[in-house]
Amino acid sequence: MPEISTHILMGHGSGGEMMRNLIEELFLPHFGQPFPGGTADSAVLPVSSLLPVFTTDSYVVDPVLFPGGNIGTIAICGTVNDLAVTGANARFISAGFIIEEGLPLATLREIVVTMAEEADKAGVKIVTGDTKVVEKGKADKLFINTTGIGYMEERHFHIHRAGNAGPGDLIIINGYIGDHSIAVLSARESLMLTTPAISDCSSLGGMIGEVLDNSDGIHWMRDVTRGGLASVACELAASKDYGVKLLEPFIPVRDPVRSACEMLGYDPLYLANEGKVIMVVAREEADKVLGIMKNHPLGTRAAIIGELTGLHPGTVVLQTAIGGSRILQPLAGEQLPRIC
Amino acid sequence: MDISKEFRERGRVDILLRQIRQEATEKYIFMEVCGGHTTAIHSYGIPGLLPGSINLISGPGCPVCVTSESFLDHAIALSAMPGILVATFGDLLRVPGGGTSLEKEKAAGASIIVVYSINEALDLAAKNKDKMVVFLAIGFETTAPGTAAGVLDAGKRGLANFFILSAHKIMPPAMRAVVEGGTNVNGFICPGHVSAITGSGIYGFLPDDFGIGCVISGFEPVDILQSVLMLIRQVNRKDPGVEVQYTRAVRPEGNPKAMNIMKQVFKVSDQWWRGFGTIPGSGLQLKPEYEKSDAGKVFPAPPQRQPVESLCMCGSILRGTHTPADCPLFGTGCTPADPAGACMVSAEGACHAFHKYTMSL
Repeated sequence: MPEISTHILMGHGSGGEMMRNLIEELFLPHFGQPFPGGTADSAVLPVSSLLPVFTTDSYVVDPVLFPGGNIGTIAICGTVNDLAVTGANARFISAGFIIEEGLPLATLREIVVTMAEEADKAGVKIVTGDTKVVEKGKADKLFINTTGIGYMEERHFHIHRAGNAGPGDLIIINGYIGDHSIAVLSARESLMLTTPAISDCSSLGGMIGEVLDNSDGIHWMRDVTRGGLASVACELAASKDYGVKLLEPFIPVRDPVRSACEMLGYDPLYLANEGKVIMVVAREEADKVLGIMKNHPLGTRAAIIGELTGLHPGTVVLQTAIGGSRILQPLAGEQLPRIC
Repeated sequence: MDISKEFRERGRVDILLRQIRQEATEKYIFMEVCGGHTTAIHSYGIPGLLPGSINLISGPGCPVCVTSESFLDHAIALSAMPGILVATFGDLLRVPGGGTSLEKEKAAGASIIVVYSINEALDLAAKNKDKMVVFLAIGFETTAPGTAAGVLDAGKRGLANFFILSAHKIMPPAMRAVVEGGTNVNGFICPGHVSAITGSGIYGFLPDDFGIGCVISGFEPVDILQSVLMLIRQVNRKDPGVEVQYTRAVRPEGNPKAMNIMKQVFKVSDQWWRGFGTIPGSGLQLKPEYEKSDAGKVFPAPPQRQPVESLCMCGSILRGTHTPADCPLFGTGCTPADPAGACMVSAEGACHAFHKYTMSL
């Protein structure tokens, strides 16, 4: 079989032999045979008595490799997490690649290998995919789209609609915010940080599954990605008859991230994450849920950071470190472009 | 010791607040003239912690907010010229002007690149010798020495394709304009970073000529509250002066090295400020020997536009005669996502800070 070249060429997207070589030598060995076998254009999936949940997301992060992960890692984590916060168990993923001509094959290989590892860790199978190559300058290195299917127990149906949420519920996050944004930014801009930031990108399905298996007190969940904690809190409060109160002193932010934010004029509350979830939890279940999260490697720094309140419906208020109050608005415009 | 944590500590804040409540026996209006202070005051929720007799208002301290439309018109015209790359700080991107903005022009294909420092712009010039790189130089005494050093560096590196378009301004003439325009401000919270460069002497005219006290403040909550307390005491004693609260950064003589480099490269000129018009002696332009790097001289400005009529009250807000809440556009016709005026654009703008941190509280 001919050796595939060191860089992606237009021919790798041609649909011909070069593409077949790329698929057979790179994608299939790592992603495995399409389920349940063969290389047809579609995967045939098993039926389930559970509710199917379906999501899609595209990933355009710049640069494609960054401390703690790469575009492939977040293409898996992001989609797994979107399913997990709905209350579903992610099972199958499709992966579409739009590759810029000239991308080093070694870079693509590194990304594909980590995608396979991340999918393995998350317990999902990459069952179908697609590869397109566009001329140099018509895309930036690599864009990936992943679509995911998961299954959800009917008893979790209320979660994505916040059906049981109400004043008195507590808000829990599973750890430090802002690491992903600052890691990507530092890779992009060569920021000289004394302590490097490392992306938090990780699949949260396992941790969320443990929580859901052990508590019926989860009233709402969201992965805290673009727009950051503040924007997610605003989404939670929007047009509800309760408001959200967040307590700044309890929100975990690493010192290097805080310093980088102060230097660059960013607010950590608006920074993107790729491995953070906030949960709205029945007050009486909060300690138990917090304990489960803290016992999980992805939740060791979990903390209760606020509550739902009847005092200011529809609004998010942050109690600041010095005891003052300010409102939080959703992110206006773009704080940092192409962060995921 | 982690200085930033010490100066944010709740216990210290509470002690200062108790002291302020005890001593605030009159009405006080204190103006901050630094966008960094505006942001800090509102992001920590300080106004809500102070007694009602103390009113903190924002002045012309946000460099983006006071930048003229003609400067933006010039920058936009440059970005459309073939062979020119415009390098700018990100917060200028969204300032509206003439129905467009640098951001909209960038999306439409103009050559505009966001940089975090003038050094990045210099590197762009080094890497793109076939292009002319124009750095949009805005800011007060804090950033002007950096621009001056960049201009000198361009000379040393032989970067004949590097230019600056200067809207640099200096702070004391604008503070004089606030006072001479009629104000009931009885104390200034003076900018910490400007003063770290200039020293404290530049504010002497405020107590001497106008009887208004000044405290040069740091940017942490404890700094700001201590400065408020110092101003209250000045008012109560009827003994206005210039005091330095931010002693860990500001020396009375400032930073002579930075001042010298600024004086070497720039000359003082008249400058147009949003909200004030032309303020004599308030701007910095390159001296004749550096004019070959002056985009304002090398690339002629587009013809002046008729200013568009608008209900926007940025001008009065920057003079401190009105607050953002007085503006009929605030929060409806003007939001951070769709700003009508410059004060809503910059993170340091008074309207942006009000909208982001206090609206509907």
